[in-house]
Amino acid sequence: MFPRIVYESFRRQARRKLLAGIAITLGVAVATAMIAVATDIGDKINRELRSYGANLVVTPQEDTLDVEVGGVNLKPPSDGTFLNEADLPKIRGTFWHNNIVGFSPTLPVAVKLNDGGGNKDVMLVGTYFNKALKFGKEDFTTGVRITHPWWKVSCGEVDKAAPKEGEKSGTTCGWPADDSEAVLLGDRLATKLSKRPGSTIDLNGRQFAVSGILSTGGPEDDQIVAPLAVAQEILGKPGAVRRVYVSALTKPPDALSARDPKTMTPEVYDRWYCSPYVESIAYQLQEAIPHSHAEQIRQVAQNEGTVLSRIKGLMLLVTLAALFASALAVSAAMATAIYERRVEVGLMKALGAGSFAVSAIFFAEALLLALAGGVAGFSAGALLAHQIGRSIFNSQISIEPVLFPIIIAIAVFVTFAGSAAAIRRAVKFDPVFALRGEG
Amino acid sequence: MSTNPRPLLTSRQVAERRTRSPHTSMFARMLIRAAMLRRGRAASALLAMIVAAAVATAMLNLYVDVQAKLRTEFRNYGANIVIVAKDNQPLPTDAITKIESVLGAKTLAVPFSYAVARTKDGQSVVVVGTDFTRARQLNPWWKVSRWPDGPHQVLVGMRAAAVVNPAANANGRENHAGPSREPFEISFQGKEIELTPAGMLQTGAGEDSRIYLDQSEFQDWTGIAPTTIEVAATGTAGELESDMRQLAEVLPSAEVRPVRQIMEGEANVLNKTRATLYASATLVVLTSALCVLATLIGWVFDRRRDFAIMKALGASERLVNGFFAAEAAALGIVGATLGFLIGVGVAVWIGRVNFHAPVVPRFSVFPYVLAGGIAVALIAAILPIEMLRRVQPAIILRGE
Repeated sequence: MFPRIVYESFRRQARRKLLAGIAITLGVAVATAMIAVATDIGDKINRELRSYGANLVVTPQEDTLDVEVGGVNLKPPSDGTFLNEADLPKIRGTFWHNNIVGFSPTLPVAVKLNDGGGNKDVMLVGTYFNKALKFGKEDFTTGVRITHPWWKVSCGEVDKAAPKEGEKSGTTCGWPADDSEAVLLGDRLATKLSKRPGSTIDLNGRQFAVSGILSTGGPEDDQIVAPLAVAQEILGKPGAVRRVYVSALTKPPDALSARDPKTMTPEVYDRWYCSPYVESIAYQLQEAIPHSHAEQIRQVAQNEGTVLSRIKGLMLLVTLAALFASALAVSAAMATAIYERRVEVGLMKALGAGSFAVSAIFFAEALLLALAGGVAGFSAGALLAHQIGRSIFNSQISIEPVLFPIIIAIAVFVTFAGSAAAIRRAVKFDPVFALRGEG
Repeated sequence: MSTNPRPLLTSRQVAERRTRSPHTSMFARMLIRAAMLRRGRAASALLAMIVAAAVATAMLNLYVDVQAKLRTEFRNYGANIVIVAKDNQPLPTDAITKIESVLGAKTLAVPFSYAVARTKDGQSVVVVGTDFTRARQLNPWWKVSRWPDGPHQVLVGMRAAAVVNPAANANGRENHAGPSREPFEISFQGKEIELTPAGMLQTGAGEDSRIYLDQSEFQDWTGIAPTTIEVAATGTAGELESDMRQLAEVLPSAEVRPVRQIMEGEANVLNKTRATLYASATLVVLTSALCVLATLIGWVFDRRRDFAIMKALGASERLVNGFFAAEAAALGIVGATLGFLIGVGVAVWIGRVNFHAPVVPRFSVFPYVLAGGIAVALIAAILPIEMLRRVQPAIILRGE
């Protein structure tokens, strides 16, 4: 009898059931999408924060003092010690290698630039632009295009203003290849020299092609940026690297991260080592590259924690609001659906059904609705989260499979909670009034 | 309808009481009695409206305010505009005052001047003159063991410490507690000065290899005026652009540059956050509007009997529609107003919890919440009325 009543209820009142089902589906979809976005937002924003550039720098252990004012190095950088370029791919072998978004080595060299009217001291910085490297079986690319996303290469304004005769048009401008001998000219330096892509410059008596004009808003605007191999050749030290900038996804600092690893007990040390704190990643970089010292760039590293926790906290609160709103929508729909069926309850009670039997029918119906709405809502919510991830972050928002039973459980719970008060009222209602139509 | 609760009154007494009672129109009386008699259902509809309005208000308030809050947060990254003297000419002495008059007092402008000095054993080191109070505010990420508080006290960068005092700072890098506080001598173009390290500075960038000295003492010693001013300005991309144009106008002898690393990083993160918040806010507001709609439709539909009686008694269609519309509008206004107040409270609470700063209530949001509340309530009233209009009152009254 019981299954038949429930079955007939669904068959005969298909439209009403559909309305309640839609409300549950919508509520669950919003809840699923918001939970998925909120759990993933930390990772997504962390990646966006990488647009601030590297948060770690690796230097030789016995590094000499920089004497640099306004982007001009006043000391020959040829002395002092260097890191070995061959060690760099080992960065990919550290414990948190999946968190390392990219790295770029730099090697500054002072060069004499001959602009026709005599020699001029200019800094040339050698680096990777988008270099293909290999660590073990893994192929990857890295360079300033990943670690310094605000660096822009253009054809320069000179190009449009005064195209000179006999020179190539601006079609060749762009990032130079890492194995080429082409260089990028900082935009203020380019304006001073009135050079444009396609022309050549004379450095230490050698000719280099200018492949583009670099604008960074930093000291590089007065410098020349070249492939690392070019800088090593000018300096006469193959394989030399002065600094490595590493851009890594890190965990915001907490009480554990600030502690000195030397004073930790082995268990605490393991926990510290296996957490992606900026300090532990620095420690691991130091282990990977011989004779090196890794340091966090505090301007970038210290602030991302606060920004990240603010945005995460905000999304958590918004998610709570969304959960609250969808729970309310589901309860409201269920309460209305049950309230409309007082006459039915009256009839059942008049025929001798007890409160328990009547409630059981309603709860069984609510359970079926919650399950169907939960499954449909979960799929719709997953789709919604996917869309949000694609349109905002250009990447997938992954939905943990473990979320599915949780969402279904929440849907059932909310549907029951929303129905409970209405069911209680319906059951307590005097069947005589209900049947006389005096609701 | 329920039976008369006071059957003992004679008809004359009732008539007397009615003539003495203040005159209210039938329309208003119907509205009020409808709300009073079905307190339970009316209250649940009102509650749904209040909650939805509160959630919508909180979301709208946050959406507007969070961007301003995050921008302030982003200023912890330091300067986003740099003003550099052209051709090694010093900046005008009143440059800071000019900048502050253009950008307002809440902007932070910090002067820097640079000189290359020599230590006793002939090593070159960069000495920077600055305003410590301002620099400390501008660069909260600087890790400083102790800020200078007396004459000729300096901040020594972590790497510079090893150069100025090699013996005491042999293991300088590991010595996070601070450098030796032993004074050291340093000379610039033959002029010697004795400086006392107050604390060690650690940033992981260029600052580590410099020595920071108070600007006026620096100028007395070297005669060099500030050549760089770093400015932290808050605002949208458009506001910052106009700020930079104005700065270039008041300081024609200097070059005003954006710090692209900071500006673009901020724009990137902020845009993504805003888009996510926007999507979430839309979802939340839509869900709560749907919730109100469902509750109200149930409420109005439930009262089809009132509707039928009014029509049976000869009320015109206009009157009936007007009655339900007025009821819905009243519910929308009361619900939206109460919800708005609660929502502002929630937004302020979120601001305090998450940003440790109060969210300023945006009363400009109120008209939108009010209009939305009334619109949802009207839709919720009109939909079932349209459905019922085609049904004969007799059928409804017979309870079919």
